[in-house]
Amino acid sequence: MKSNSDMTEAYIDEQLKVTHFHPRSSKFNVRDAWGLWNGFKFADYYYDVDFEYFCVRNSCGTYDICPMQKYYITGADAEAMLNRMVTRDISKLKIGRVTYLCWCTDDGRMIDDGTVFKLGPDSYMLTSGSPCIAWFKKGAFGFADVKITDMSDKIAALAFQGPTTCEVLKKMGLDGIETLNPFNFRHFSLNGDSDKKLMVSRTGFTGDLGYELWIAPEFALELWDALYQAGEDYLIHPYGEFATGMLRLEAGFILPGLEFNEALKTVRFQHDQTPFELNLGWLVDFKKPHFNGRTALLKEKEHGPEFTLVKLDIEGNKCAEESYLYNNKKLDKHIGYITSTIWSPVVKANIALAMVQTKYLKGDIWAEIYYTKEMRPHLKVAKCTLRDKPFWAPARTRAKPPLPI
Amino acid sequence: MKKYDAIIIGAGHNGLTNGAYLAKAGLNVLVVEKNAYIGGAAVSREIQKGWTYSSCSYMSSMLRQTIHRDLNLTKHGLVLVPFHGLVNYGNNGEALLDYSNEGVAYNHLRKHSPHDADSMFRFQADLTRYAQLIRKTLMRTPPDPTSFKPRDIKELLWMAKQFWSLGEKELYEYMRFFTTSAEEFLDDYFENDLIKATMATPGIIGTALGVYSPGSAYILLHHVMGDMDGNVGAWGLARGGMGAISNAIAGAFKEHGGEIRTNAGVDKILVENGKAVGVVLENGDELYANVVVSNLDAKRTFTKCMDKKDLPPGIYEKAKNFKIRGSSGKVNIALSGLPKFINLPDNRFVNRGSQSFVGSIDTMERAYDCWKHGRFSDDPFIETVIPSAWDPTVAPPGKHWMSCFVQYCPPVLSDGGWTPEKRDAFGKTVIDKIERYSPGFKDLIVHMEIRTPVEIENEVGLTEGNIFQGELTIDQLFFNRPFPGYAQYRMPIKNMYMCGASTHPGGGVSAACGANAAREILIDLKKPNTVPEDSVYDE
Repeated sequence: MKSNSDMTEAYIDEQLKVTHFHPRSSKFNVRDAWGLWNGFKFADYYYDVDFEYFCVRNSCGTYDICPMQKYYITGADAEAMLNRMVTRDISKLKIGRVTYLCWCTDDGRMIDDGTVFKLGPDSYMLTSGSPCIAWFKKGAFGFADVKITDMSDKIAALAFQGPTTCEVLKKMGLDGIETLNPFNFRHFSLNGDSDKKLMVSRTGFTGDLGYELWIAPEFALELWDALYQAGEDYLIHPYGEFATGMLRLEAGFILPGLEFNEALKTVRFQHDQTPFELNLGWLVDFKKPHFNGRTALLKEKEHGPEFTLVKLDIEGNKCAEESYLYNNKKLDKHIGYITSTIWSPVVKANIALAMVQTKYLKGDIWAEIYYTKEMRPHLKVAKCTLRDKPFWAPARTRAKPPLPI
Repeated sequence: MKKYDAIIIGAGHNGLTNGAYLAKAGLNVLVVEKNAYIGGAAVSREIQKGWTYSSCSYMSSMLRQTIHRDLNLTKHGLVLVPFHGLVNYGNNGEALLDYSNEGVAYNHLRKHSPHDADSMFRFQADLTRYAQLIRKTLMRTPPDPTSFKPRDIKELLWMAKQFWSLGEKELYEYMRFFTTSAEEFLDDYFENDLIKATMATPGIIGTALGVYSPGSAYILLHHVMGDMDGNVGAWGLARGGMGAISNAIAGAFKEHGGEIRTNAGVDKILVENGKAVGVVLENGDELYANVVVSNLDAKRTFTKCMDKKDLPPGIYEKAKNFKIRGSSGKVNIALSGLPKFINLPDNRFVNRGSQSFVGSIDTMERAYDCWKHGRFSDDPFIETVIPSAWDPTVAPPGKHWMSCFVQYCPPVLSDGGWTPEKRDAFGKTVIDKIERYSPGFKDLIVHMEIRTPVEIENEVGLTEGNIFQGELTIDQLFFNRPFPGYAQYRMPIKNMYMCGASTHPGGGVSAACGANAAREILIDLKKPNTVPEDSVYDE
């Protein structure tokens, strides 16, 4: 039996891993507000959620995406294999381009979403929030020349988002960064050293102007320092999971565990979702050769999805946390449920994503909201308005080149 | 000649809000503005190239969220950013820091006084209770307590219900609160002088009262009853300066078909047969309308823009005696770098927010003594903010600007009128004081805009440079604002209305006065109401 003082040593392998940026980012975490992502210690927030949220909407912030899964998929059959696995047609993807996509089971239920980078002729990088190597290895069966390499620990990655990001990267010495267009990536040298290759993609999960920076782990801290030095005058600050949750909801982006249940982790029949239900029909390409889930999805397309994910603007300012949705104010017919909701500080609106039975979308939608005032429960029935467009979509996000601050 | 449904005098944020709601109801609305630019006291101006000053008001908290949302001001370019970290300096350089993270803030307060750190919870609860009550009235028209109209009686009953819901004991406390001084009110909670002085500062800002003057407790509340996204009492910056608020409202106004004419100062409001029929511009142009709405302060409206013979007896005197005393100045300073302040930890949560040079309760009272004797304070209370440390759009990268709100500064000096030399001396007093807490500060100065009450009155039009368009004392609040009997936005002349901060709920960039006035005008014109109910009732 070890003494208490030795306990840390005894459990050292069982503790959460820390990311390549941890020596720097942990200094900001004055509240020790750590959560968990894929076995990594991961900041829920650093100091104040609103502060971090506004860094992204007003100036710039960094979000540590080291725990995100990254796989190299290479070989002559890489394209064919990927195209078989995902619902989008990636055969048209050009080198230097990134695309957002998803992959499904044969029943058309969504396993996960992610991005694919075309690095070279037979070389791709696939990223996803949860590990999916087992599934892709299954999918590679039968393809002669395809290799899947887990790069998750071998690439340090940092999302860098907000209206001043282009200015800061310019100041950091990334010449020509302003010509990098949305969903493109390019290689730069860190601190002018061509041995320190820095890959930059104009991608992100905030709906704002932003980039993702990819570098070998040994240069991670040097990248952090260069970025924070250049960003000093632009209020650069790390933001955590909670701020990301707000930012992505304003942009209308989905998260596993909220909007969808990963199909391979779903116990109950059809408690997972299809791309059509998630309003991701645009990711499904029936014109390309056969892919996983095609038959089931084709059938669903004909009949229409039972549920549809929608954006709601809800009256008042009480968040409809886990609320049921109804067809009228009297709450006669239960027609759906809220998946995530926030008060949007930038739009000044009570916004939500919700799953609603498709056949009821044409009628009224009312939310049954329970909230408390100093512990006493209250009920409010609030009218919901459908929104087609993302709640936050400034012109700068898509502008080529990015607009001046 | 074209006749408008409504002409609004003054393109400040309340005038534009009023216009937006009238235009939304389908009216043909013109806003006339004497300056070449719109915004009134919510304005962004590039006086030094590369720097954008919020020349007058500099922070936002009062703006009604309901109006922001209803007029879709975000679509029209408005983003409000909360800022964090308030530093309050005592006379010996001791720094009281306000962190936005509750746990961190508590630990810091304990360093100054464990007693006060504890007491702060009770103070915040009490203040929140008072603020909640007032917040509910912001977007309601005050009832006339002498009227027997069903609407007034209903509204009075509603108010009585709100008051009684406080409970008997709190009702007495509330009555006391309205009439007591900030210092006496705070005495019940705090023992540390710097904490007390810090909490007292909102009680004097913009008013010609001191921390010991009865009535200053309410003004304290007026400054903390706003909110940022439900955080009551929190303040933020408008991205692009305060003009972004006026510009966004103007965007909504134009979207609904409204028209704005700048360089069009009003000389007189035209009255025929006891009815307002239009305005005469300074250039002699006559413009006609069914309704004339003044966004100017009450004193200016009735004593400068109207013929005395057009007014019912007594109104001119009421307006002349309306309490609208100038008490503050503003210094806007462009800086070549971020100033460093003494006795601060090197962390961004406090070293780039707002700095208040509070001194002590007595320092503030002595500053007030100077005002009473017709001098600007030799050791003034200054509240500074560095908007550029938060907003990347208002100064070149790495450069900054600082807004200094200075109290006290009288509109008339005892040794004669203001001169450019005296104005510069006033500015020097301010930067001398800041230099004491930020050695090297003066070397960073690129440009200064010094504004005494005289400049504020001449440029913005606020009488005596009073930022609230009239003191916020109980004799001039609610159904007494601007005058008893005229608190429902209708003025003594038929078809004439007021929509500025001289009306309920008073000063601050709230847009509530403009919206409330619009509701009354639409009732009179028998048009559908376009003004939303305040979502504050969810609280």
